[in-house]
Amino acid sequence: MSGNAQSEQFEADFTPGSGSVGIVTPQDLLCAQPPNRLKLSCGKELGPITVRYETVGTLSPKKDNAILVIHALTGDAHVAGRHAPEDRKTGWWDIIVGPGKPLDTDRYFIICSNCLGGCMGTTGPASTNPSTGKPYALEFPVVTVEDMVAVQRMVVDHLGIDRLLAVIGGSLAGMQALAWPILYPQRVANAIVVAAAARLSPQAIAWNAIGRNAILSDPNWRNGDYYGQALPATGLAIARMIGHITYLSEVKMRQKFGRELRNGDAFKYDFISEFEVESYLDYQASRFVERFDANSYLYLTKAMDYFDLAAQYGSVRDAVARAAARFLVFSFTTDWLFPSWQSREMVNAMISTGRQVTYANLPTDHGHDAFLLDFPELHRIIRGFLSEAYRREVKA
Amino acid sequence: MSPRLANHHSAATLYDAIIDLIPAGAKVLDLGCGDGELLRRLMEDRGVTGMGVEIDTDAIVRCVEAGVDVIQSDLDRGIAEFADDSYDVVVLNMTLQVTRRSDLVLREAMRVGRKAIVTIPNFGYWRLRQQLVFWGRMPVSRSLPYPWYETPNIRVLTIKDFRRLARKLNGVIEREIYLRAGQPCNIVWPNFLAPEALFVIRREA
Repeated sequence: MSGNAQSEQFEADFTPGSGSVGIVTPQDLLCAQPPNRLKLSCGKELGPITVRYETVGTLSPKKDNAILVIHALTGDAHVAGRHAPEDRKTGWWDIIVGPGKPLDTDRYFIICSNCLGGCMGTTGPASTNPSTGKPYALEFPVVTVEDMVAVQRMVVDHLGIDRLLAVIGGSLAGMQALAWPILYPQRVANAIVVAAAARLSPQAIAWNAIGRNAILSDPNWRNGDYYGQALPATGLAIARMIGHITYLSEVKMRQKFGRELRNGDAFKYDFISEFEVESYLDYQASRFVERFDANSYLYLTKAMDYFDLAAQYGSVRDAVARAAARFLVFSFTTDWLFPSWQSREMVNAMISTGRQVTYANLPTDHGHDAFLLDFPELHRIIRGFLSEAYRREVKA
Repeated sequence: MSPRLANHHSAATLYDAIIDLIPAGAKVLDLGCGDGELLRRLMEDRGVTGMGVEIDTDAIVRCVEAGVDVIQSDLDRGIAEFADDSYDVVVLNMTLQVTRRSDLVLREAMRVGRKAIVTIPNFGYWRLRQQLVFWGRMPVSRSLPYPWYETPNIRVLTIKDFRRLARKLNGVIEREIYLRAGQPCNIVWPNFLAPEALFVIRREA
């Protein structure tokens, strides 16, 4: 999902040849072709849809060892390994996916697809609208978490997998991991939901709204019709800065940056970025606008805002009662974007409806982004939970 | 190791006595389950469906590694999410005395479980009395190895105190078993001679 710390961590932990899945080749699936277009939550239909996905590990002959890894807001299908030997960076969750790692590719078959509405290979607002030959832009229908899950299911269908051993995701992806066994109870045996919620909190909606407003008010945004012209980079950059503040905790920001100045220790008495924390935000934002589409940011944050299992099913309890999966739920003590009580809300619903569930509220200073970092307790629990899942589902 | 977790090592000596009382295939909730060893053994030996509640992160990790479902939670915040009579047996193994509101925890255990199995250290045990009466020092023993300033056992009770609390909460004690180092013993005058006690208790119909 983000950042400096994340990529530094990946680089520190990645030793070529040990625990790496090596070279991975992305694949594209063309699905929802007319007349079998995907019926979306909003009532509109969408198709054809291209889905970018990657797989690592080997699917067992009985196709019972597959784990779907879902990426967060601005991630992509490149979950582990490298696309080319000279790639400087590995996939976004290489720290946990690979031979001998918690998502052990010697044992499990890992699938990761780019989400609907994104801009990393799967159909989204920047894709060409077949009926006009131009990018969809705002012609792209508003999609929901449930629509994203429906598209992931098409990939799982395409691979011939009846029942996933597990789905796992954090943040927006945690919402999808939670929605999976509710939408398709027979299709998934275990769900790992990290730093997520059954419904987005008003505070998180507010942050998303500011990010969207930054994009919408950028003169280059032109009502979404900016493709081939100057991009609304300033608006997207501000949106990303806000995002980064919410992914870190107050304590982590204090530890990481303090009040350090970037150059020297004297104030310059102007408005150029001076504080370390400012240059961090500048750096994150400038890298982000190079790779991400502003319209996708609008669509994906809207999908987050709309997610509300209670509204959809009557209550969170009624929603989780539909699931047959075994759940593992994580929250982090310093996460103020998806506070612990939201995980606790879904866990309580799971307990009261008699679901099998494990819940860990892990102590950390890292805030929301903790799930992407080197976090031994998180990794040991995921490893242990999946081993038990494997013992119950595959060996049995 | 946190004192809390270490406490579970004295709890471990009581596993056999507890397992003997749990029918095969029962649904068991272990409140303050530590590293999940009791539940793991119950799952393996008795085929029970188990779940634990535990506050300590290291213990949570070990539960999951043992294949035991567990909820990280503070019992003093209550267990309202567990429905009435949703478990055959609720276990409070050396847990009651580390909670702040032991009365509420015991009442909740009797609400959620058709039965509760409760083990306690008996602070009325004569060796402990002796330390206080003769040496004027707060007792330290094999099952209560902590000095007063770092003990997780913040509630100090005797067998008689437990019976009295049970009565107050409309609990019916079905069985009392007295133990020495985890071994059930025939002990006359248990409040004076038993270091530990196990109760099978249910709420009055």
